[in-house]
Order: sequence, then structure tokens, then C-alpha cells
Amino acid sequence: MESLTNRALAVDRSPMTFAEKIYIPALLKGLSITLGHVFKKKATINYPEETRPFSPVFRGLHVLNRDEEGREKCTACGLCALACPAEAITMEAAERLPGEEHLYREEKYAAKYEINMLRCIFCGFCEEACPKDAIYMSETVMPSNYTRDYFVYKKQDMLLTDEQVKQKRLKLQKG
Amino acid sequence: MSEQQLFKVTIDNITIEVAPGTSILEAARKVGGAVAPPTMCYYSKLEGSGGKCRTCLVEVSKGSEKDPRPMPKLVASCRTTVMDGMEVKNITSEKVPDARAGVTEFLLLNHPLDCPVCDQAGECHLQDLGYEHGREGTRTEFPRRTFAPEDIGPYIQLHMNRCILCYRCVYTAEQLTEKREHGVLDRGDHSRISTCIQNALDNEFIGNVIDVCPVGALTDKTFRFKNRVWFTKPLEAHRNCSNPKCCGEVRLWMRGAEVFRVTARKDEWGEVATASNGTTGWICNECRFEKKETKDWVIEGPSNINRHSVIAQGHYAGTVGSAGKSEKLIDKVIGKEPLYTLDIHQVSEVNQPNVHLDRIAGPAHSDDFKQ
Repeated sequence: MESLTNRALAVDRSPMTFAEKIYIPALLKGLSITLGHVFKKKATINYPEETRPFSPVFRGLHVLNRDEEGREKCTACGLCALACPAEAITMEAAERLPGEEHLYREEKYAAKYEINMLRCIFCGFCEEACPKDAIYMSETVMPSNYTRDYFVYKKQDMLLTDEQVKQKRLKLQKG
Repeated sequence: MSEQQLFKVTIDNITIEVAPGTSILEAARKVGGAVAPPTMCYYSKLEGSGGKCRTCLVEVSKGSEKDPRPMPKLVASCRTTVMDGMEVKNITSEKVPDARAGVTEFLLLNHPLDCPVCDQAGECHLQDLGYEHGREGTRTEFPRRTFAPEDIGPYIQLHMNRCILCYRCVYTAEQLTEKREHGVLDRGDHSRISTCIQNALDNEFIGNVIDVCPVGALTDKTFRFKNRVWFTKPLEAHRNCSNPKCCGEVRLWMRGAEVFRVTARKDEWGEVATASNGTTGWICNECRFEKKETKDWVIEGPSNINRHSVIAQGHYAGTVGSAGKSEKLIDKVIGKEPLYTLDIHQVSEVNQPNVHLDRIAGPAHSDDFKQ
């Protein structure tokens, strides 16, 4: 079979020379490589104190967005659940009652909205499918936990809080 | 009728013989497949329907054997009868796709873009039409025509904004119910489906207007916002209906063991199918709105859904609408019930056992979940 890279070398099975037999030069060579790495830049970071920048297309934990007036954008159309290849998303819709207009943007809203993070593969299809720009994937890695119950994320776990909306607005005002 | 009297008609280079008086559309439907033009207002089961929406436009390249001149303009195939030796171009025509895209654009001029909220999404003919024959973008810059919401009773939800004025529901009420209580009021841009004045539609068989409506203008209030159609599993079922005019053969739309919606069975053209007794399978209001339990019905099996339809999503082989527990393969392999490390129903708030969405008369509200 033709090799893929043309970099493969045949194993040299000829008897070792005297210099190779005494091992010391090879040992020193190896030690010098090890010692050289002490003075090089570290490949690792001290994780909790330092973090690496996220890629702009990073797909992390889901966020359910609110509009400018703080109302929930999600209208429970089910397109995220339809697009989800892992079938992680489930929801139940309800009709907005008179007097709830400040809570929900549309006539219909998601009364229940759940993502099973054990199933989720963070492909981002839900974000792409959403016609209302309601679901986003944030720059947060999925936290770990000892129990499985923890990973069924409810609507309240993903919805932007009032505090977050305020901060978002401040950020926008500053430009 | 003897065979000499049949007319030979060629549609998209496929020649068939049909009886005189057949419309081009019916002839094309006999050929079947993509040759059949789309229809928004024509409904073969309703007399007098058709001729309003113009989506079924076709090109007649040869009028007949005796008069082979082509027809000067595109014709509405639901309203034009075939002639002997007629040649019709539908998908092979150059003019038809452009004209149909234009018609679609007109239909969508005032149609709201609320498919995420609309219960018809997934089985909407206008969605299909826009997807298959429409243009990608919109050119209209003007606000869409809107109407004040109108309550037409506990069973049927009217969204006049979504209506395309196909008149199908008017014919349904005229031909199926004892007394028609709704119709098209006003003229031109103001014309709207309405009752005069603030009437509730509660005639027997009036529920069939939901099935004939090609868009989401008339939807089932008992199913309103309960679930998306493609997450419910359609089952064919029947019951002995006391109403002699009702065939009792329906399609149940289930979530688990809950009946979320009952509709008539549909054929390949999206119309109410012919029942086993030979009549059109219209169903009465009792079957449609009041029998929402599996014990009311004799279940025949899962419905045959076109695999290109979104409703066919998530229907895995062997588990489609099966009433009981499906046979688990892993049981046989390990010889015992598998041990679940997480029972999702203990954690999940969706589909809780104490919330019965199927028993709520209208759409669910925030207080229905606070139990």
C-alpha cells in the first residue's frame, strides 16, 4: 500500500555502534530536552483563576432571551425541539392571559421549557432554528454535578434574570 | 358511459382518458404526483368551491382536437373542463411557476407571519404553497391588514388575520349544517369571515370548517396551543356515532395516552377522505370536540403519513402510536428489566401526571400549571 505522507521510515535493525552502546550521549540528549522545557512558556493555565478566551462561535450553555421590555421571547413554537438531533428539548405552551402582557411577548408562550443537558450535544441547531431569537448558546461551559437530576434544565434555569437584562442594557448604552 | 365518449387529455405529456365535464384539475389529480396543481380554495368534496385563489393556474397549449389554438392566458384548472385532445402544461410550462409565485405573493401580502404561534403550522397548505411555489423574499413594505379578534364560540377559534378568503368554510356550513350562521361580510380589503352579529357557531357538523380551512384561520379551540401537530402521534380510530350522518371514522392526535385532538381523516390532497361507507368522512361535533378519551374509540392503528411531511418526524419504526409498551430489545439481551439511573418523569416538569392538558376545554393558562 502506498503511504499517505511519504514520511514513514523503515526500522533500522543494523547492530548498534560503540557510541550508541554506552547510552550516555543518548541519555544526556534526552535530559537536555526535558531541562529545555523548564525554561519554555507553560502550555497550561491555572484554570479557575485564569480562563482562556472563548471562540466567538463557542456553543455553551443555553440562554432564553428576553426582549427590550424584559418579556420572554419564546413562543413555544417547537422548532428547536424539532431541530434537536438529540431530542433534548421539551416544552408545553400556554395562552397569555390579559394582564400578563408584561411577561410574555406573544399571545402564546412556553409555560414549561426543559432541556435535558445529558442528551444535549451542543450542536447549536436550536439557536439556528429559533424564529424568535429566543434561545442563544452562551459562552459558559456546562457545570458538572454528582446527580443526574441536576442536568434537566428548567425554563427558570435558562431565562435571563432581571439583573442580567439590566446589565445588558447598561452595556448597550455605554456602546 | 361508453368508451368512445371519454376525452383524451394530455397533461405534462401524460395522456389519460377522462369523462366529459371533468375539470383539468381533477384530470391532473388522476395522473397524480407533482402533476396535480396546488389548490387553496378548490375542495373536491364541496360543491361550487374553487375559482378564487388562482393557485391552480395551468397553461393550455392546445385547446382541443377540433380547435387546436392554445388558450391565450393561463386558466384556473379547477374551473376549466377538459376538451377532447386538450394539451395542458403544468410543471413543464415556463409561465406557470412565475404566475404561481405571483399568486403566492398576493396570498401572503396580508397573511401574518405568525407560524410559530399558529396551530395550523405543519399542516398548513399556505406553508406548503409558499415553500414549494413561492418566492424567497417579500417585497411588500406596507402594514398587513388586521381585524379585531372575534369570538365564535367555545369550539372554533377564528383568526381573521390569517384568512385567505377561500370560502371553503362558507360552503361547508351551507352544505353540511342545517343553517349557515357565518359568511363573508363587507367587500374588498375589508371582507371578512364573520357571524352576524357575535354569534357562536354551534351547528352540528360545523366543526368540519376546521378541517377544510387551508390556513390557520379556523382552528380547534379545544386543541389551541396544546401541542405542535408534529409532536402528536396520529392514530386512525372509529366509534359508533349516534348521528346517522357522521361516519365516526376519525384521526386521533395523541400524546402518550392522551387524545389531544380529533380530526377527520385526510387524503393525499389534504381533503377529508372518503369513509368506508362511501360517503365523505365528515365528522360531527360530538366526535370532534367531546370524545377526548381513548376509551371512547376503537383504535385501528397508526395513520399513514407522507414521510416528507413534518408530522412524520419522530415516528420510529415499531413505536408509532403503539398503545402499549413497546417491546424493549435490551430486556431480551440482558434477561431482565434494565436499571434506569434517571427516571426522567420524576425530574421533568413537562407532561406531569397531575396536569391533564387534554381535559382543559380551551388553551392552557398559567393557572393550569400551578397545582
